[in-house]
This record gives sequence, C-alpha cells and structure tokens, in this order.
Amino acid sequence: MSTLAKTPDVVAEISERSNFDVEAVRRDFPVLHQQVHGKPLVYLDNAATTQKPLAVIEAISEYYRADNSNIHRGVHALSERATEAYERVRVAAQKLINASESKEIIFLRGTTEAINLVAQTYGRKNVGAGHEVLITAMEHHSNIVPWQMLCDEKGARLRVAPINDRGELLLDEFEKLLSPKTKLVCVAHVSNALGTVNPIKQIVRMAHAHNTPVLVDGAQAVARMKVDVQDLDCDFYAVSGHKLYAPTGIGFLYGKAKLLEAMPQWQGGGDMIASVTFEKTIYNCLPYKFEAGTPNIADTIGLGAAIQYLNRLGLDNIEQHEADLLRYATEQLDRIPGVSIVGRAKEKAGVLSFVIENIHPHDIGTILDSEGIAVRTGHHCAQPVMQRYGIPATARASFALYNTQAEVDALVRGIRKVQEVMS
Amino acid sequence: MSDIRELRDLYQETILEHSKKPRNYGELASANHKAEGYNPLCGDHYTVFVNMKDGAIQEITFHGAGCAISKASASMMTQSVKGKNQEDAEKLFSLFHDLVTGNGNTDDLGKLAVFAGVSEYPLRVKCATLAWHTMRAALRGEEQAVSTE
Repeated sequence: MSTLAKTPDVVAEISERSNFDVEAVRRDFPVLHQQVHGKPLVYLDNAATTQKPLAVIEAISEYYRADNSNIHRGVHALSERATEAYERVRVAAQKLINASESKEIIFLRGTTEAINLVAQTYGRKNVGAGHEVLITAMEHHSNIVPWQMLCDEKGARLRVAPINDRGELLLDEFEKLLSPKTKLVCVAHVSNALGTVNPIKQIVRMAHAHNTPVLVDGAQAVARMKVDVQDLDCDFYAVSGHKLYAPTGIGFLYGKAKLLEAMPQWQGGGDMIASVTFEKTIYNCLPYKFEAGTPNIADTIGLGAAIQYLNRLGLDNIEQHEADLLRYATEQLDRIPGVSIVGRAKEKAGVLSFVIENIHPHDIGTILDSEGIAVRTGHHCAQPVMQRYGIPATARASFALYNTQAEVDALVRGIRKVQEVMS
Repeated sequence: MSDIRELRDLYQETILEHSKKPRNYGELASANHKAEGYNPLCGDHYTVFVNMKDGAIQEITFHGAGCAISKASASMMTQSVKGKNQEDAEKLFSLFHDLVTGNGNTDDLGKLAVFAGVSEYPLRVKCATLAWHTMRAALRGEEQAVSTE
C-alpha cells in the first residue's frame, strides 16, 4: 500500500464516472498485459508513442490476409477493395479533425514529414530573404529544424516567441513579433515536453491579422482532445498516427485546399501525376499531388481502425479521463519532497514532466524501469525547452486512455524507490 | 528486498558515493590537454582536463554534469589513470569498455570492477564510458567535442 493518502474528492469523482470503463479499455491492448522485470508493466510513455488496440493490429493483418493490392491502379477486385478502404480512411481523418473536404488530407509518414513538406513547398515558395518564420520556445525539434533549414537556405530569420515559467506562451510577446515580414507561424497544439495546450484560436487570429498562415503541430493533441481545424481556422495541421493508437509510419497533413493547390509539387513519381510525356508532365489534383509512389496502405488501414476506435470511446470521454489522471498525478507528485513538476500551464494535457532534487533523470528512468514503469527521460526532442528551464533533462510521465489511477500510485511508489536507492 | 539488491548491482555504494562526492572535480589551470564530451540523448556533458608531464598524466580533473553513472565513472577514471602514460591509460579504457559491454572481466581493473553491473543495462553503457572517451580525445589532442551518439 502506498503511504500517500489519496485525495478523496478526486477518487470519488473518477469512480463516479461510469461512461468510461478503463478496465474494459485495457483488455483491448494486448501489450499492456505483461510483466517487466517481474512487475506488471506500467506504460507511461504515451507522448513518445501509444500502444495499439487489437482492432488496429487485426485490421492490418486482415488487410494483408484478404485485400493486399496496390491502389489507384488496377481494375481488379483486390485493387478496388484496397483503394476503397484507403480512401475511406481519408474521410475518417477528415472527420476526425473536421476538415471541410477529404482532399485536404494528405497521407504522409507522420508529423515530421508533414512539417517538412510544408517547409519545402509552401516555405520555399513564400519565404525569402529578409522574411521571418515565427515559432515558440516550446517547440519539438521537428517544428524547429525544418524552419532553420529553410531560413538558412533563403536568408530568412527564425523568430522565437518566449514562454513564462509555467510554460505558457506569452501571447503579448508573440503578437509583437508578428510583422509584414512574418511569412509563417508554426506552433505546437500541445507541448510534448511540458503538456501546455496553446491557445491556437487566438494565435491564428493574431497571425491572420497580419495575413500570415499558421501551421499547427498536432502530434500530441489529436488523441487527447477534439480538434476542429475549421473552428481553429489554422492553415496547416500535422498529425502522427502512432500517437493516436495507430501504427508508426503513417500520419497526415491537413492543409486548406486553396493553399495546398497553390503549393508547388513535392516528391515526384507515380500517383502524383495526371499524365507524363518526356516533354511535359501534368500533375495530379489534390490530394494525390502530394502522394507520390505507392503509399503506406496497410498502416493507413490501421490508422482508420484507430480513428474508429477513438470515435467509439469518444474523444470527450478520453479527454476527461486523461484530465482526471493528470490532476491526480500532479497532486500526488506535489506531495513528494524533492520532486518538482516542470510545466505548470493552466491549460495542460496528458504530460507530466518532473525532476527530482539531486537525481539525474537518467537514473530515475533506470530505477523506475526496474519497477516495470516506463517513462521517458531526456530532453524529449525539445532541447531549447530544457535550456529555458536550465535543466539538462526531465523525467516525463505521459498518459493515455488506458492508464489508471493505480498506475499513478505505482509511479509514486516508484519515485519513492528512486529516492531510496539514490539516497 | 531482492530487487533493491539487483539495482544495487548497478548503483553500488562506491558509485553512489563517487557521484555525490566526485574526486578530482573542477577545472585544471595547468592543463595542457583538454576535451569536451557530450551525450545528447541524456544531456550529460563533461570536460576533461589533463596535465601531461614527461609522458605521464601528472594531473587529471573533470567538470560538468550528468547522471550518477557518468559522474562516478568520471571520478573513478581520474583516480585510475593518474600517473599512467597515454598507452596504459588507453589500455585501461579498453579493459573498462570490455567490462561494461559484457565482453570482459574484472581482472586488472581494481576498483573499477564496481561498474560490472552496467553490462546488464545496455542503454547506460554510454553514460559509463563518456568520460573515458573524452579523456582519450584529450590525450590524443582531438579538438572536436566527443559525442556518444
């Protein structure tokens, strides 16, 4: 038994919720039911990647068993089935983020590839010498480096809007950095290192007042909350499937049709063309224009199964469940002497970064692992965030729809153990 | 608790003690060799300072920050290589490297044998060897910062 008292009101509140049965949900995830170092696995590294429900694993396997074929090519039955299944997922993705048309969904490997696509097409066309790209101080490397590369190539300047000690974007400072030189704003919806949820609508409004489009890195957001790109009015939204219970290697870019249509081609090859002669190639329309070559069909089918699964559970329920867990975990960690939480934004989701006095996060990670608890330790691909707080790294627990309060209790016991071993 | 004992194989008393009170810690004004080592994955970052005199390591210190394993390893390394010439220091590194990667034994390693447990934790080998890589770069006069990634 944990010696820590549970907060009665939180416990009561969570147990009263009957519309989300976490134990039933856990049965959908085969990987969770194993022992690690002789202890039940407590998987709290969901911001790195989420586990996959049986529905996803089976959809991929069923695709290879029954339908495997190339798409948009053959007239035979298998090709037709595969094409139809693939395109159905595009519609599911469209609905997931409430895009107005399915052609605004471009299937790619993930968020990183989506951001690079925008940098290399929209960016190369519209960002020039003396221009600026504006990001925030809490970005993941994947929303920093592509812009640095673009700015280096074009003689443009990367500007960084600062954050406060709680890990919140300073909107006033952000607005001051906008100018006619700003050609693109790129911002995370949810910070992977701090959990901060950014006020995207306000950011977009400010940027649009300067006629500047906004790209949102949605990697950490889509599986945690309802996203409505029309309501946000963002211009691009980048998503990784593997962070929303789908396989690795599949994700998508949303872009407003008008912008995507005006963008130059990206990779050349099959599928992205309407007709080819040695003299001239006519390029295909959206979304195929950006999908050269045979795509990752099987994992797209897996993505479709994951979206279906999320819809079945209900993103509102998931958001509430994770918010309860985050609140409970925050309260429990705050009671442990020597533990400090990094990132205290008022609007926060799913991610709990922390440090322990005089103990390096790497040692925390190894000792928690010996207790069967998987957390991420390190800089979380957000080195500038670590520099902002003057720390080399943090330990990060990140929650998913299958995590339980008992697992938070295990984390708390694990942290006590870390302190005991390192004392 | 048996699991505590297993962990103690990695976090031996000696290792914890050195990580808390590292020996030969700080910058060395008389250094004529110096190198920087960095593990970008976990942020461990050390500088190793060496004063070579008459072909032997007269003084050696280190400075920086990192996990318990990397700091203890740096601390005990400085003690182990002091007085050695470059060849013998590199030979010791080689034996140490074999030990922590599970390819060697504790013979001829003296106190450094406490790091044997690292071989059970492959992801921590970089922590244990960072200072050693850095020392070797310092002795060889390599300018570029050592990275274990």
